[in-house]
Amino acid sequence: MTGQPQPGVPILRLGDVLVTGLLNELDDRTAIAFTEELTERISAEGARGVLIDISRLEVIDSFVARTLMELTTVARLLGARVIVAGMRPPVAITLVELGIELVGVETALNPEQGLAALGWRQAPQPLEGARRGTAR
Amino acid sequence: MAPPGEFTLASRGPKRPSRPDGRRPPAPASYPVRTEEDLLTVRHAVRAATVEVGFGLVDQTRVVTAASELARNAYVHGGGGTVTLEYPRDPRGRRGLRLIVTDEGPGIADLDAALTDGFTTGSGLGHGLGGARRLMDEFSVRTGPGEGTAVVVTRWTVR
Repeated sequence: MTGQPQPGVPILRLGDVLVTGLLNELDDRTAIAFTEELTERISAEGARGVLIDISRLEVIDSFVARTLMELTTVARLLGARVIVAGMRPPVAITLVELGIELVGVETALNPEQGLAALGWRQAPQPLEGARRGTAR
Repeated sequence: MAPPGEFTLASRGPKRPSRPDGRRPPAPASYPVRTEEDLLTVRHAVRAATVEVGFGLVDQTRVVTAASELARNAYVHGGGGTVTLEYPRDPRGRRGLRLIVTDEGPGIADLDAALTDGFTTGSGLGHGLGGARRLMDEFSVRTGPGEGTAVVVTRWTVR
């Protein structure tokens, strides 16, 4: 547990969207390392959207909430839109009672809807052999 | 493990041996809060305790979140402290979980201000103490300049 921060969830790139997530054991160092890595990737890859899956988070206390709010603000200053997806219902109830509304943080029910909001659409399966015409 | 699609917040540790006797409450246990890792240990212990007491999923989340806020307060503002878990029963027989969070830090100079949302002397959001009060059924603080801080919170099961 000591030394280097635990490598968290990998940050994947899908076009101009970065997709990543948070694990349950978020401590100070991990949170800072995550914010730094994500902002570097936004800048280096010209990402315009970031999807963060939080369905693994069993608890969001004010520290984690602050991390999410700061991350969202930093990303916005870099020109990227952040969507936080998959909050567990008990976590949502607890956050409201805690008095934290995650002001400024966009949310989605699940990663699929978050990606759709960031401009990704689920295309129908192309027919076998019909891929020659696609842009890639 | 829960069936797929069902939320589970059960701790990941090895299963405790079942107690065939009349469900005697576990003995109180204390955990130091000196490092970041200790905060995680406290959260795991409180999660396991909420499962033990029989809280539902939302109450589990409330209590673990309150514990996280109070333990972090002791760590950040109190220079470290101790979290003690107790398993009270009220006169109606309801089971509960009590957290006693103490530190020997500088104490809270203005308790009313500290209980106000948005008030912070640290790097948090200023919701820790007031938030913990709302998440639990009972809440009391004993503090003063130079006297350290002791926060006692209890949540009762519904039945």
